[in-house]
Amino acid sequence: MSIWEFANPVRFMRLTGKVLPWITALAIGCLAVGLIWGFFFTPEAENFGSTVKIIYIHVPAATLAINAWGLMFVASLIWLIRRHHVSALVARAAAPVGMTLTLVALITGATWGQPMWGTYWEWDPRLTSFLVLLIFYLGYMALWEAIDEPDKAADLTSVLAMVGTVFAVISRYAVNFWNQGLHQGASLSLDKEEHVSDVYYVPLLLTLAGFFFLFLALVLLRTGTEIRARRIKALQLQEVN
Amino acid sequence: MPDLGKYGATILTAYSATIILVVAMVVLSVVRARKVKRQLAELEARRNG
Repeated sequence: MSIWEFANPVRFMRLTGKVLPWITALAIGCLAVGLIWGFFFTPEAENFGSTVKIIYIHVPAATLAINAWGLMFVASLIWLIRRHHVSALVARAAAPVGMTLTLVALITGATWGQPMWGTYWEWDPRLTSFLVLLIFYLGYMALWEAIDEPDKAADLTSVLAMVGTVFAVISRYAVNFWNQGLHQGASLSLDKEEHVSDVYYVPLLLTLAGFFFLFLALVLLRTGTEIRARRIKALQLQEVN
Repeated sequence: MPDLGKYGATILTAYSATIILVVAMVVLSVVRARKVKRQLAELEARRNG
């Protein structure tokens, strides 16, 4: 079986119909356990006090916000090279979810920044690149809505997705590139010495998994909706002609 | 409820904003999915009937 079989809308819908309830259950389970564990049963951090509890929503939201654009990049590239309509619709479906997560990351970061840095906002490299990422999300969604012809819209939004990838990468590595500003380094790392203390690590991984499954569930659901919406348009056009 | 100390408002604001945005995203996605599914079913029923 090849992955390209799922470029067929019927096969894609059949698969998502089967896996969506399981992915949704995984999302709810991981989020419930991770958030309850993190919020109620982890201690205050020495340097951040109880604000450390914001890590369980801020870090997963920010991580998924960047990776959502990564998915849009890959799906857009597939559209541009192989012209599979489902891939263009996956990119379209991921954008509002990614935008919401970017907004969550910015708001939770700002509320955390006020007591820790003494300000809600600073033109720090990571914060600024995240704001630019939010604007790219909004621009991408607006471009889809602005063009009536679906293939032309997919082409132009795919090009925008390629350009926006630069800012998604900058958002991820801004701290490493410039090594300045208020934002601290990554909370999660493959190097055990660099990531957060063990007591916060497991609930953080659970909420990260929960946000990932939630993102996946929403993208699959919304892609199915986009496929059906396109079918409606096609049928309506046939009726008119 | 754990003792959040002087940062209680900060933490609850962050969690509240997250819940509102994520729940809104889920509700909007589910409502639109149902609406479009129903529209397509009606259209196909009309064509076949």
